[in-house]
Amino acid sequence: MHELSIAAAVVESAEDVAREHGADAVAGVTLRIGELAGVVPDALRFSFSLVAEGTALDGAELVIEEVPARARCGGCDARFAVGSPPALWCPHCDTAAAELLTGRELELAEVRMAGSP
Amino acid sequence: MCRSVDVRTAVLAKNDGLAAELRAELARRRVTAVNLLSSPGSGKTALLELVLRRARERGQTVAALTADLATENDARRLARSGAPVRQVLTGGLCHLESAQVRALIDDWLPDPTRLLFVENVGNLVCPASYDLGETLRVTLMSVTEGEDKPLKYPTAFGAAHLVVLTKTDIADAVGFDDAAFTTAVERVNPGVEILRTSARTGQGVDTLLDRVLAVAGGVAPHAPLLAAKHLRAHGHDHGPAQDRHHEHDHDHGHGRAPRPTTA
Ligand SMILES: Nc1nc2c(ncn2[C@@H]2O[C@H](COP(=O)(O)OP(=O)(O)OP(=O)(O)O)[C@@H](O)[C@H]2O)c(=O)[nH]1
Ligand SMILES: [Mg+2]
Ligand SMILES: [Zn+2]
Repeated sequence: MHELSIAAAVVESAEDVAREHGADAVAGVTLRIGELAGVVPDALRFSFSLVAEGTALDGAELVIEEVPARARCGGCDARFAVGSPPALWCPHCDTAAAELLTGRELELAEVRMAGSP
Repeated sequence: MCRSVDVRTAVLAKNDGLAAELRAELARRRVTAVNLLSSPGSGKTALLELVLRRARERGQTVAALTADLATENDARRLARSGAPVRQVLTGGLCHLESAQVRALIDDWLPDPTRLLFVENVGNLVCPASYDLGETLRVTLMSVTEGEDKPLKYPTAFGAAHLVVLTKTDIADAVGFDDAAFTTAVERVNPGVEILRTSARTGQGVDTLLDRVLAVAGGVAPHAPLLAAKHLRAHGHDHGPAQDRHHEHDHDHGHGRAPRPTTA
């Protein structure tokens, strides 16, 4: 259950942002989570509400944007969805991908703060 | 009115930043770190004990850290090789983080040490997200675990520089389908090398050590497609990005005092 550690990291960074901006409460945060990030959104939602309790994020809304995994073919340069279970091989020419374009994101995208005191 | 800040920082930026510092410190001390990831009981400790012993026979300076939720058993087993070993008790945490490794590097790691092996907590999910400043990430599984495991844990297998199949001595007895396994690995990590090992017969122990020593000697490891960017290439570490905040005020249409909603 590393979703707990991840939730704790989210709360900590969002509190830092709020402090920097002179806000003492966070109304909501948006996370971007890639399909291949190894994080389960539902587990994270559950952990988040636990970890947020008693912090500046108590009761804050958690928005999770899931980012599909996409790769670029090393042969024909096509962009394709990696799918599930993932295949890092081009569906058009069966060449291995040269690059994973998206899908490993584990980002704090936005922090929404309640009006200043 | 609700103030919104675009942050775009990695959630694990703190660990990533510490890992980058640790990687630089290890490079300064000429230590090559190897992070071993697998499910519980895949045979990490058994294989590592042999690798440590063999490395010492071959005149290499090696050391190992082993992480567990509880008990010092693995450290005791590894110490039989004669190499310096430390147990990290994670106290319930399901993975190692950079800060824990760093503390031991500073306080304990003998000089000189050429190779430092880190046996992560037995778990294929959580440790995959945490960079430990390693040069080589090795993901292992045993022949008793099911050929499609790489598809179920794509982050762990897809980000590996090297994949190790353990307990090959019992492959026939359990009817292990090697071709299906190879296909599954290739599907998530095209081009990665698979080594086959047995702690019973000693198969693959020298080869694994050869691969690690090659990387320690400057050979670039395989570049896995799923590796986080900081693990993909040397010298491209990014610390936590703090200067990219971009603030904008905008009305979300819910009046002066935004009503907090529960996640
Ligand atoms: N037949 C056979 N058994 C093995 C081999 N390697 C390990 N085992 C057995 O598998 C069991 C687990 O091995 P460990 O080395 O403790 O596995 P581990 O990955 O370190 O386990 P954790 O640290 O708990 O995650 C033990 O009973 C070992 O004796 C092998 O190569 N062949
Ligand atoms: Mg062990
Ligand atoms: Zn193609």
